[in-house]
Amino acid sequence: MSAIENVSRRRFLKGLAVAGGLVLAVRYYPEITGHERSPGSNQADLAKFHPNVFLGINPDGTVYIVAHRSEMGTTSRTSLPLVVADELDADWKLVRIEQAIGDTKYGSQNTDGSQSIRGFYDVMRVAGATGRLMLVQAAAKQWGVSPEECTTDMHVVVHPATKRKLGYGDLATVASKLPVPAMAELKFKQKSEWRYVGKGSPSVDLEALCTGKAVFGMDAHLDGMVFASIEHPPVLGGKVKSVNDQEALKVAGVRQTVQIDPYQPPPAFQPLGGVAVIADNTWAAFQGRKKLNIAWDNGANESYDSDAYKKELQDTARKPAKVVRNLGDVDATFAKGGKVIEADYYVPLLAHASMEPMVALAEFKDGRATIWAPTQNPQAVQDIVSKELGITKENVICHVTLLGGGFGRKSKPDYVAEAAVLSKKLGKPVKVVWTREDDIKFDYYNAVAAMHLKAALAENGKPSAWLQRSVFPPITSIFDVNAVYGDPAHLQQGWTDIPYDLPNLRVENGPANAHVRIGWLRSVANIYHAFGVQCFTDELAHASGRDPVDYQLDLIGHPRIVDLKNTNYPNYGASYDVYPIDTARLIRVMHMAAEKGEWGKRKLGKRSALGFAAHRSFLTYVATVVEVEVDDQGEIKIPRVDTVVDAGLVVNPEATRAQFQGAAVFGTSIVKTGEITATKGAIDQSNFQDYPVARMNEAPYQTNVYLVESDAPPAGVGEPGVPPFVAALCNGIFAATGKRIRELPLSKNKLV
Amino acid sequence: MIQLKVNGVQRSFDGDPQMPLLWYLRDELRLTGTKFGCGVALCGACTVHKNGEAIRSCVTLMGTLAGSDITTIEGLSEHGLHPVQKAWIQVNVPQCGYCQPGQMMQAAALLRAKKNPSDADIDDAMSGNICRCGTYQRIRAAVKAAAEEQT
Repeated sequence: MSAIENVSRRRFLKGLAVAGGLVLAVRYYPEITGHERSPGSNQADLAKFHPNVFLGINPDGTVYIVAHRSEMGTTSRTSLPLVVADELDADWKLVRIEQAIGDTKYGSQNTDGSQSIRGFYDVMRVAGATGRLMLVQAAAKQWGVSPEECTTDMHVVVHPATKRKLGYGDLATVASKLPVPAMAELKFKQKSEWRYVGKGSPSVDLEALCTGKAVFGMDAHLDGMVFASIEHPPVLGGKVKSVNDQEALKVAGVRQTVQIDPYQPPPAFQPLGGVAVIADNTWAAFQGRKKLNIAWDNGANESYDSDAYKKELQDTARKPAKVVRNLGDVDATFAKGGKVIEADYYVPLLAHASMEPMVALAEFKDGRATIWAPTQNPQAVQDIVSKELGITKENVICHVTLLGGGFGRKSKPDYVAEAAVLSKKLGKPVKVVWTREDDIKFDYYNAVAAMHLKAALAENGKPSAWLQRSVFPPITSIFDVNAVYGDPAHLQQGWTDIPYDLPNLRVENGPANAHVRIGWLRSVANIYHAFGVQCFTDELAHASGRDPVDYQLDLIGHPRIVDLKNTNYPNYGASYDVYPIDTARLIRVMHMAAEKGEWGKRKLGKRSALGFAAHRSFLTYVATVVEVEVDDQGEIKIPRVDTVVDAGLVVNPEATRAQFQGAAVFGTSIVKTGEITATKGAIDQSNFQDYPVARMNEAPYQTNVYLVESDAPPAGVGEPGVPPFVAALCNGIFAATGKRIRELPLSKNKLV
Repeated sequence: MIQLKVNGVQRSFDGDPQMPLLWYLRDELRLTGTKFGCGVALCGACTVHKNGEAIRSCVTLMGTLAGSDITTIEGLSEHGLHPVQKAWIQVNVPQCGYCQPGQMMQAAALLRAKKNPSDADIDDAMSGNICRCGTYQRIRAAVKAAAEEQT
């Protein structure tokens, strides 16, 4: 591996080995699958030259690259194949993208955790470099020269000494007969040779998306399919007591109703159960559902009420709880008295509300289920469908359509399982379509969280002791009915990873029972934790009469690697050696954001101010300056946002900027209106009238995104923008109005 | 029997007059570019043109459409791309893209009525269309780019 010379590249490969990426690469590479057509074969599999599962080249020169991650707007379907094409030295215009079905041979396909690029950047390089080396070897063989004398130049192999050239297509047949080289033989391009990485490309689907031709899950079609709309138990764990479907069956187009069994706890990704109305079209199914008369046994979660539950969480947050990180002795310091500041923060349940509601098409036939679904995780589809239908995973073929938004909801394939179960019962293809009301009421919600923060301030205003305690129903509760504490993977998100250099620091987590399904939502626990920590920091800065940016820089201290040796800290599944919490990078984005956002330099009107926050999540460092204006009615406007991002190496800069622009809008929704509540166990909200999300006239007018040039290994970009934006906006509202926002959404606060 | 035109093609509909246009387009004509987002005219994903005006097809009943001329994203431009579509591509607007047909239909209707819309005009016309990915800044830029191309 002589080409791998510079330190940052060595770090990539080391990272792979430690983080498990290399395991995937080794296990699934090299692989010659042969050319038999199987139900899930794509053009790459069937191509003449097929050196590994991600790549195929035909004699006509067409390069097929497999996109194995789901496309929900982050451009993973474009950006990962770009990396393959770059190492292959292929002409992007001659590349066709093939969407993979669910199959473990690709490694993880769970498109969440902002990890498509960081998890597969090296795997994609290996896939491309392997193809290129074999094409070079094929050409050398034909010319009777040594492969070392040959090079490539955009889809052709060149022998510079004799100026001979052969196109990739011309070489496909010879290359297909060569042994796949070992990893150590591969030569990777130097950064200066990159054509696509770091430059990016618009989505391969851009034109289809702009002409209505793109196929989402909602658009999947099979001849002979029927449409299903399902009345779910209104309370989690509820069961059908009795059902009268007479009126439903009178609706024109309705064929029949079918009961779906309730889940066996824990819910995980099982169907919720209920009654499905089967019809000739979507509308008839919806209409039939309205005419169902169902008596429910609501079960134990009927006792759940958001107001009472909130008090419970807040009480728990004020009591000593499980210590998850500790430095020094905060109790002894607090006991000394002096200036002590305490605050309670609260964030409610949040729904995903992707624009495309849950939908899936399934056909069960001859012992095999074939699925078309907008899923973030086709392998999870295979798991749950195989369990529900009693067939092997290999007999579940999951085609992945484009996703009309995902944000984590579509990693959980309960809705896909529903379609499969119904297709087996009915013996025909079934398309399950959720309404918006179903989507809002039967989500896997981002956890409601109560936090308590306390600091003792020394003379200079710097905390001599800092205590933070969070309480939230954990995501693990969907897999384990007894889970009440946060697991390390969610406690790490803005909580155990607090980067402040303080002598006495204690991080705690208290227990909470779940009464709804809790799940991942874009940025997950970082949303509430960064809100608590970054707003409390702002409080302390003001209490100390300090500039909030300077104050936070002071708390972070000297550039260093944060020592988390005694903390259970999974670091988003990445090696801490390769992706440590490096405060130098945090400090740099803070300085840059202050500069780009003209912190302390802009002349602003009355009730206008800037808010600041900085946060590392998904291995990416972000600092944000938000300008906010509050009018006489207490309505806010966000004229400008300046966000600085250090995500290491960025494959697709334009798509990355788009993610951070979108994150500011997503964060605006959380701050302004994001709130899900329940009464007697049933969710109160139903559609965009009572779960509003930001519209154009409420969204930030201008979000400027600055990417730090970095040779550090790639990190996440889909999620890290949301948490600091939420906190910065709330800090800006305080600066503009003097009203400290400790509870979301804003409607809980009187601004004027 | 209801007679109407969809993307220039004469159609007759003899189903339930209470059925919304959205489901006729999607499930019967299989013109799936028009999207289902909320079903109650709150999100704009289902926006099409009726006689050149932007309407929400999810609440427009088939019984009200006799003699109407309906245009969907598939028929927005007869030849090549509409200026709005060109602008959407040029500005690289979509993320997931699900709401964008509705956004473009809304924008095309706006630009028909106002050749050179101000920010306030754009807010007024476009704020009924939700984009959960948050592409509003680019939508605004694309509307302005399309306006420029038109003039």
